Amino acid sequence: MKVPVPWLRELVGLPDSVTTEELAARLTAFDLKLEEIAGGQLSGPLVVGRVLSAVPEPQKNGKTINWCRVDVGPEHNDPATGDVPAGRGIVCGAHNFGPGDLVVVSLPGTFLPSLGFEISARKTYGHVSDGMICSTAELGLPGGDQGGILVLEPGLAEPGDDAIALLGLNDETLDLEVNPDRGYAWSLRGVGRDAALAFGLAFRDPADIAVTDVEGEGYPVVVEDPQACPVFVTRRVTGIDPTRPTPEWMARRLVQAGMRSISLTVDISNYVMLELGQPNHAYDAAKLSGPITVRRARAGERLTTLDDVERELDPADLLICDDEGPVGLAGIMGAAHVEIDDTTTDVVIEAAYFDRSTVARAARRHKLSSEAARRFERGVDPALQARVAQRVAELLVEHGGGRIEPGLTVVGEVGARPAVTLPVDLPRRIAGVPSIDVDVSVAALRGNDCEVQVQGDQLVVTPPSWRFDLNDPYDVVEEVLRVVGYDQVPSVLPQAPGGRGLTRAQELRRRVGYALAGAGLVEVKTFPFAGEEDFDKLGLPADDERRRQVLLENPLSAQEPGLTTTLLTGLLRAAGLNVGRGHDDVALTEMGRVFRIRDDSPHAPIYGVDRRPTDDELAVLDAALPDQPLMAAWTMLGQREKRGWAGPGRDATWADAIAVATRLAEALHVDLAVEAVALAPFHPGRCAAFLLDGEVVGHAGELHPKVLEAYGLPARGVAGEVNLDALIGAAPDLGPRPVFSAYPVAKEDLAFVVDQSVRAGDLQDALAGSGPLVESVRLFDIYAGDQVPTGKKSLAFNVRLRAADHTLTDAEITEARAAAVETASRFGATLR
Amino acid sequence: MSAPNSDYDPVEVTPLRADEVERMRDAALAAIAAADSVEALKQVKIDHVGDRSPLALANREIGALPPQARKEAGQRVGQARGAVNKALAERTAQVEAAEFDRRLAEEAVDVTVPVDMEPVGARHPLTTIQDHVADIFVAMGWEIAEGPEVEAEWLNFDALNLGPDHPARTMMDTFWVAPAEAAMVLRTHTSPVQARTMLTRKPPIYIACPGRVFRTDEPDATHAPVFHQVEGLAIDEGLSMAHLKGTLDHLATAIYGEGTTTRFRPSYFPFTEPSAEVDLLCYVCRNDPAQVADCPTCRGEGWVEWGGCGVVNPRVLIACGVDPERYSGFAFGMGLDRTITSRYDIADLRDLWDGDIRFTEPFGIGL
Ligand SMILES: [Zn+2]
Repeated sequence: MKVPVPWLRELVGLPDSVTTEELAARLTAFDLKLEEIAGGQLSGPLVVGRVLSAVPEPQKNGKTINWCRVDVGPEHNDPATGDVPAGRGIVCGAHNFGPGDLVVVSLPGTFLPSLGFEISARKTYGHVSDGMICSTAELGLPGGDQGGILVLEPGLAEPGDDAIALLGLNDETLDLEVNPDRGYAWSLRGVGRDAALAFGLAFRDPADIAVTDVEGEGYPVVVEDPQACPVFVTRRVTGIDPTRPTPEWMARRLVQAGMRSISLTVDISNYVMLELGQPNHAYDAAKLSGPITVRRARAGERLTTLDDVERELDPADLLICDDEGPVGLAGIMGAAHVEIDDTTTDVVIEAAYFDRSTVARAARRHKLSSEAARRFERGVDPALQARVAQRVAELLVEHGGGRIEPGLTVVGEVGARPAVTLPVDLPRRIAGVPSIDVDVSVAALRGNDCEVQVQGDQLVVTPPSWRFDLNDPYDVVEEVLRVVGYDQVPSVLPQAPGGRGLTRAQELRRRVGYALAGAGLVEVKTFPFAGEEDFDKLGLPADDERRRQVLLENPLSAQEPGLTTTLLTGLLRAAGLNVGRGHDDVALTEMGRVFRIRDDSPHAPIYGVDRRPTDDELAVLDAALPDQPLMAAWTMLGQREKRGWAGPGRDATWADAIAVATRLAEALHVDLAVEAVALAPFHPGRCAAFLLDGEVVGHAGELHPKVLEAYGLPARGVAGEVNLDALIGAAPDLGPRPVFSAYPVAKEDLAFVVDQSVRAGDLQDALAGSGPLVESVRLFDIYAGDQVPTGKKSLAFNVRLRAADHTLTDAEITEARAAAVETASRFGATLR
Repeated sequence: MSAPNSDYDPVEVTPLRADEVERMRDAALAAIAAADSVEALKQVKIDHVGDRSPLALANREIGALPPQARKEAGQRVGQARGAVNKALAERTAQVEAAEFDRRLAEEAVDVTVPVDMEPVGARHPLTTIQDHVADIFVAMGWEIAEGPEVEAEWLNFDALNLGPDHPARTMMDTFWVAPAEAAMVLRTHTSPVQARTMLTRKPPIYIACPGRVFRTDEPDATHAPVFHQVEGLAIDEGLSMAHLKGTLDHLATAIYGEGTTTRFRPSYFPFTEPSAEVDLLCYVCRNDPAQVADCPTCRGEGWVEWGGCGVVNPRVLIACGVDPERYSGFAFGMGLDRTITSRYDIADLRDLWDGDIRFTEPFGIGL
């Protein structure tokens, strides 16, 4: 809400000693938060001038400038010399003015905020230009330049008059942020009332207006939907002189408040809206046919609003109609065809009170906001309509020469707001301010125009008609605290009863985070949005489950219409960014949620709020939500160990990608089985699936060459992703007990020749289980070549044998070795 | 060797003459002293201590002496050999030690060469700050609550007193899940976690919820469609705005250091009443009159906006099954992304989201 400060000062009767900054600070403390103080930076000498002569002088650059002599008043004029009259010589590039016109001249020394510098005399185009003739924009006045110089109305002022005061150029405006519960503050009346309360001044309500000539009909009105339109008032003014201009002070206030000056009638309507907060509308009476009807729209009805947009109406839209059809979208915007024009002499003034949500929904439906809609949505004073119509009518008479027609139509009435009853000590208890006693509360509430009664230990508070925010006891507490001051709240640290610390899952998630960093991975965060393009780049088949996204109604980009189903979309994109920025060796990780459809047409019910939903109702709600597991993903490109003086380094391989998963499993004490699978986006022969009790919980391996190409990543890049919710869910409460023996170890190396199809991991696991003395088995060599038959390979294992309670004998070692060989033979293995 | 001959005059056996033994001994000692390597000492040992060395040969001649002369000659030769052996051992130890030192000296390396062959990981500061904030709350006896990111409209809005026509709802710039009838959103705040907690637990409740939230903001230097918040909720008997202030003061101090106080400004949030915005005493200039005017962090205000808060609206308590007659509570929320960008002077918010390793790496595994 833009509040012109002089207007507010006049309304409140604020002493001059109160600065604008103080005013703004007090309003901010009263929940009308200052966004900005605009204006006030301009400094003169900025004066009215009369153009005495303007000589066009064509220039070599093709432009024509005017060499002007301007009378800027005796105080500022240079004396006459020869046939040159007293005045100043000024060069001006604009052409929309001529001799005799009144203009605004910034003399040397003037500071114009729009230009950001001080005007000085300067040599230009062969003359000394001793000032500047100002355009609308240079003066900071809205409305655009429209071809140049601001030419004042003849007779408005004399040369030498101070243009700053004349045009209100230095008036300050408070831009206040009005919270949605304080609809009343969308008016000078509302802001003024709070300002008066803040400074302890008696407030003279500008809405204290006597309504005259009430006998008879103003203009006939039928309200078909009194729920949506509880109050509708009409009154007529005839004989307005359409040539009369808007008074300069009124136009200025409108402009300062962020509106345009359009015509006297429209300006008065807007001015009263700003003043009293009540949107109102003036119809050209000649263009209305028959009585006004307030009704809902019919299917297929259309309306062209004042902004020249033809709108298809919805049956829920509330309309103002005459015999020929809609003349306005109630509370939002009038129709173009009944608009006031420059021949309008007779008007019908409408002032109504519309249901807040009816207006809000229509405005949202038509994506059409207006000054009126904004106020109706937040609630206007329902007791004000007749007085507003009177105020508009009186201003039309005063400034437009019109006549108020006898008769006033008032349809409907809104009763007083219901009283709120609360314990007298509630404000003190909830605010936590010991000084708030019953007297403080009562005074604060009366200051807010509430009627207050103390009944025993209860306060009965009846809010004024315009306070839609006062419905509950706690709302009343806020009003008291606002007056007492939020800065009065003391600081008291509450004693929580003592919690259980982090949950096991929260702890384990942190552990995973550190394990990933410990694996040399750099954590990134990416936006979880993705689309077909991403899934194509990953090479996902058309029927892949991961293409079934949770889609958004209003995605930021059409390329990413929904949420991602795999962290790899964001992670590989980030990898590409790093490679593009010249990083050769990149190891990234991300932990985050992905989103998977559970139900093709989910619906999360919307319950009432007057009670807690039942457990069953809550279960329905949760069941509608998509699956959103926490995942961890990683990718490694280039070298895993850096090349340097110590050696050639080592490239990241599929094995490193798998190792990250096994490392996480170890960190969580979870047993992950590894199986070979062929799955996008991985190389079909270099991808591992991770299984937890038979369920696949993730994958890792080398990325498919085409995927690497699609993301612009170097060859042989690797990646992986696991479901952390699943891993963490499987983590035991305690890790394994350490078991080891202090007796000597016996190390046996066993090399077996097996078929190529035998999986080393299987054989290693089998050897590890081949006897009670086997402490560990580790594959240390794989060989296929001349030394073994075609189709075979050699697998060499280091087997460590140890007993828990004695030193092994040679016989025991021989026996254990034989058992291992025997176990291996089940894989068709022969000792090499 | 001469045959034993008791008739011999011992003087006549030249190698056993005192002056001769002395000469042999001195020659050996001189050779030992001159040897400056293990190799040279080996040769000295062969020449002067070995079986063919003059002293060894002389020793063998002792048997040729008449018995009465043997003792004296034996003593003379034995002493000489002892002196030589001792000198040899000492010199050997000396030379070996010198050679060991020389070898170590030769093994010296240039310790300034790059040693970062192993990959080094790092955690994103938004992860670390969430952990840090969680720890502050846990230390206060609070617990950390969580909830889904795709959330039911009812929990994100209605249950929090944001009815379907509430003007504040449109101000939230919500991502809606398609189709609109699904009545699901990307949570616009972590407040539905508070609602979920109240729906499933009995007071007293003291919880904090750090997490990722969403608004339909096009990414630019100061906006992102995804950001992080921490919200807190306390429900207990007798809680007031004063307890809210105390909690926020404590949190401010824990994050920004001793003396970082807060102030309230009235505001409006549907889920709290009374509501306030909370400002933080500028952690750079501390509102010091000498510095505040030029402070880039607070732009001369002395205070920086921190978050929103208030007393939980009883309507929210009712919708979530908490008895508002018995319990009251407070709630607050603040952004965490800005805590990072302002404290580390990061001008472009997109740096947090691009994934450039040079952004995360300097943070290491902790702030
Ligand atoms: Zn500062």
